[in-house]
Amino acid sequence: MKKLIIDNKEYKSRLILGTGKYKDFKETKAAVKSSACEMVTVAIRRMNIGQDKNSQNLLDVISPDEYTILPNTAGCYSAKDAVRTCEIACELLEGKKLVKLEVLSKSKNLFPNIIETLKAAEMLVSKDFKVMVYTTDDPLIAKELENIGCVCVMPLGSAIGSGRGIINKFNISEIVENANVPIIVDAGVGTASDACIAMELGCDGVLMNTAIACARNPILMASSMKDAVVSGYNAFHAGRIELKDKASPSSPISGLVTGD
Amino acid sequence: MKILLNNETTLLNDELTISILLDQINIRQKYFAVEVNEQIIPKSKHKSFLIKEGDRIEIITAIGGG
Repeated sequence: MKKLIIDNKEYKSRLILGTGKYKDFKETKAAVKSSACEMVTVAIRRMNIGQDKNSQNLLDVISPDEYTILPNTAGCYSAKDAVRTCEIACELLEGKKLVKLEVLSKSKNLFPNIIETLKAAEMLVSKDFKVMVYTTDDPLIAKELENIGCVCVMPLGSAIGSGRGIINKFNISEIVENANVPIIVDAGVGTASDACIAMELGCDGVLMNTAIACARNPILMASSMKDAVVSGYNAFHAGRIELKDKASPSSPISGLVTGD
Repeated sequence: MKILLNNETTLLNDELTISILLDQINIRQKYFAVEVNEQIIPKSKHKSFLIKEGDRIEIITAIGGG
């Protein structure tokens, strides 16, 4: 079974958590712990200047010494803004160059703006960033992003925060079959079975935020997602049976006590 | 001296360095970045970099996000 290696680091957990939408840092930390993930995404924003100097910040709670921090470019609608955000993230995280590139469209479904995403990916790779890129489930674009030099390609299952699961399993399968970099489904997971399906399709991991943070019990859902990802991964490698048109009895048809 | 600090007009008494400004506004955390007029100023230069009238200063951090 293939190891998950991103930017020369091996990950035992194939689940990546977003840290948005939690009630407070305590809940964020508990969910991250419950999920057993090793990588979390963060957003890059202006600091709240007026805050109490003793109040905690996210990275006090989720330490970069303990977790791989994956800064995202959420809120960027152009390649230029995304690159600027990554440069800021690099300074903020003491020179770390692993980033989650997402250049969105201002449409109601927040689909990736592929034209700007491709431009930003080229610019970031040329600046030696290690780019994990959010994209649509178009196999051709996924391959192009790999060819540009992204270290990981992350197609959406469905729209961000929609909880609609994997809309196009065939596309995700094709992306996986053609890939030489890790493929991680990012966005759309609603519940554990969605994460499981992503892994059963052969994906290398799943990234999610809303499905856990907005669950009635985020800590329990985080644990459930941990199990779902492991279960789906194992099922993919165990090899599912062929689909058949007719029934096939599980018990022997001969030797029946009630038969002749 | 008038500057734009995180998109808010802010008045400063004297010409001062980034380090002094950070101290005055109680920035104590380890993980943050500073931009002046859209140029990142690395932490190694905060003690020597003088803020000028009209500078647009951004102090940036990591927050929860997906």
